Amino acid sequence: MEYKNIWTMAETRNGNLKDVSFELLSRGRALADKLEESLVSVVIGNNVNKEQLNELILRGADKVIVVEDAKLSDFIVETYSNLLVDMIGNYRPNIILSAATVNGRTLMPHVAMRLHAGLTADCTDLDIEEETRNLLQTRPAIGGNILATIKTPDHRPQMATVRPKSSKPLDIDESRTGDIEYIKFNTSLLDNRVKKLESKHEVGGDINIQAAEIVIAGGKGMKKSENFTMLKELADNLGGVVGASRDAVDRGWATYPQQVGLSGKTVTPKLYVAVGVSGAIQHLAGMKTSEVIISVNSDPDAAIFQVSDFGIVGDLFEVIPLLNSKLAKEVK
Amino acid sequence: MNIIIPIKQVPETSNVKMDPETGTMIRDGVESIINPLDLYAIEVGIQLKEEHGGKVTVITMGPPSASKALKEAIAMGCDDGILITDRKFAGADTWSTAYVLAEAIKEIGEYDLVLAGERATDGDTGQVGPNIAAYLDLTLGTYISKVEEVNKEKIVVERLLEEGYEKLELPLPSLLTVVKEISYPRLPTLRGKQRARKTELPSLTVKDMNVDESKLGLKGSPTRVVKIETPKVTRGGTIVSAKDDDQLEAAVDKLVEFLKSKEIV
Repeated sequence: MEYKNIWTMAETRNGNLKDVSFELLSRGRALADKLEESLVSVVIGNNVNKEQLNELILRGADKVIVVEDAKLSDFIVETYSNLLVDMIGNYRPNIILSAATVNGRTLMPHVAMRLHAGLTADCTDLDIEEETRNLLQTRPAIGGNILATIKTPDHRPQMATVRPKSSKPLDIDESRTGDIEYIKFNTSLLDNRVKKLESKHEVGGDINIQAAEIVIAGGKGMKKSENFTMLKELADNLGGVVGASRDAVDRGWATYPQQVGLSGKTVTPKLYVAVGVSGAIQHLAGMKTSEVIISVNSDPDAAIFQVSDFGIVGDLFEVIPLLNSKLAKEVK
Repeated sequence: MNIIIPIKQVPETSNVKMDPETGTMIRDGVESIINPLDLYAIEVGIQLKEEHGGKVTVITMGPPSASKALKEAIAMGCDDGILITDRKFAGADTWSTAYVLAEAIKEIGEYDLVLAGERATDGDTGQVGPNIAAYLDLTLGTYISKVEEVNKEKIVVERLLEEGYEKLELPLPSLLTVVKEISYPRLPTLRGKQRARKTELPSLTVKDMNVDESKLGLKGSPTRVVKIETPKVTRGGTIVSAKDDDQLEAAVDKLVEFLKSKEIV
């Protein structure tokens, strides 16, 4: 049986599909059309919202495969990997795309190793090579200094993780139809060795900077922890969250989950505002693919201005409060 | 508690040069360091050893010069280092690298825990840790931010997620990949450096391991790099100055207009 069709891995949380599930479909749709193969969204979880399953079809999937079981409500990589390896053996997908999230970047390498499949992490661009019909996967490496294009000529499936927020979901098309196939979870695939004891959700909501449309990041120029309140205010005015440079995190002004850059997170929001961030190459590696970049810095030679679409050379303690007051008026 | 820590030697990222012909990194003249994210795994490993006894073995796959990274780890407080080196490993992708490291871990034999950094700052894939766990069928905890409890049979850890944390209990042996939050790496001591200088580093080559040669190096790697580009970074945006009050007012007004033009406000 030949390897055929494109799979995208939906992610669920408490029975709801995360946004990345829909973002992946717009990537997958383009590949499926080029290859003239089907686009299948794979959903693993428990009590998944039925309306959202249908939305997967309306936003590009030709088919949805759902595996639901109470024992799948928590992400346990060993069990999820057993299940996915089993499904891949039965269905033989040509390409599997997953979000480059904490769980996606855990499950995909686990599965790829067991199948001797090629996996490319954190892709920013995907295409099909015309002559060979191989998947071309482009990703930044070496701190964003290079863009490497990678392919997997002789191993199947071809697997890739894709950065969250790096593509937009397709609009809902009510005329689209497709099957939703439910597969029974074979409990022999269950691996009971690891137990999830509890989950704690951070209060404040700033932690998931990778899912945010707008990120306001503070750097060394913020001078102290209390000054981050003006960034929070700016984030609230624009509907975003607060991130930070490594300098700010190392000084304890912000938490590690907020850190943007090489040793923190890579973000690709619609708008990135860098305040008091000089733009060290390690920081740029984590944010330079943002759609729009705005920066405020007192040093006209700061490297951050080179990657900015709009920059203000000035005192951030004057600029940000004034901006906040003007924005507050605009919002009214 | 015996701990194995696979580490990677990486170029200092601030001054990387690429060979436009071959698309590979020019390593000559670039300082090599221990992958900064591996230092957190090394620190946790040393802490666990100090508390529970046993020893910490660092391993790395690379050219003979990578032994410098092993020496640095020993200077921090690790006990042994093993260099996994062979020309046949050249060009390995994450799959083939993990295959060799996993086979080396098998050779070393007795261990309770494998600790790894979240990812390396050069390749930036974060795949090799989970790959090794999958190959050895070791239970896996990724993005671990805290070790809460450990005894002979199990370890309780906290895992950093996008929207918070979760607590996991894993049996031993397991493999954990750790994030920066977990520790504050110590510096090598003078005594550590002296000890590192005296420590012999055994090496493992293809003939010392039970490996399938068709799975090694470029030949054994499922993925191929087909193109390398150096992306253009500069955006050439509008930069305005706000040196006095008038300029400040005008600059912020212009910024608000800019935000409107981008349909953000």
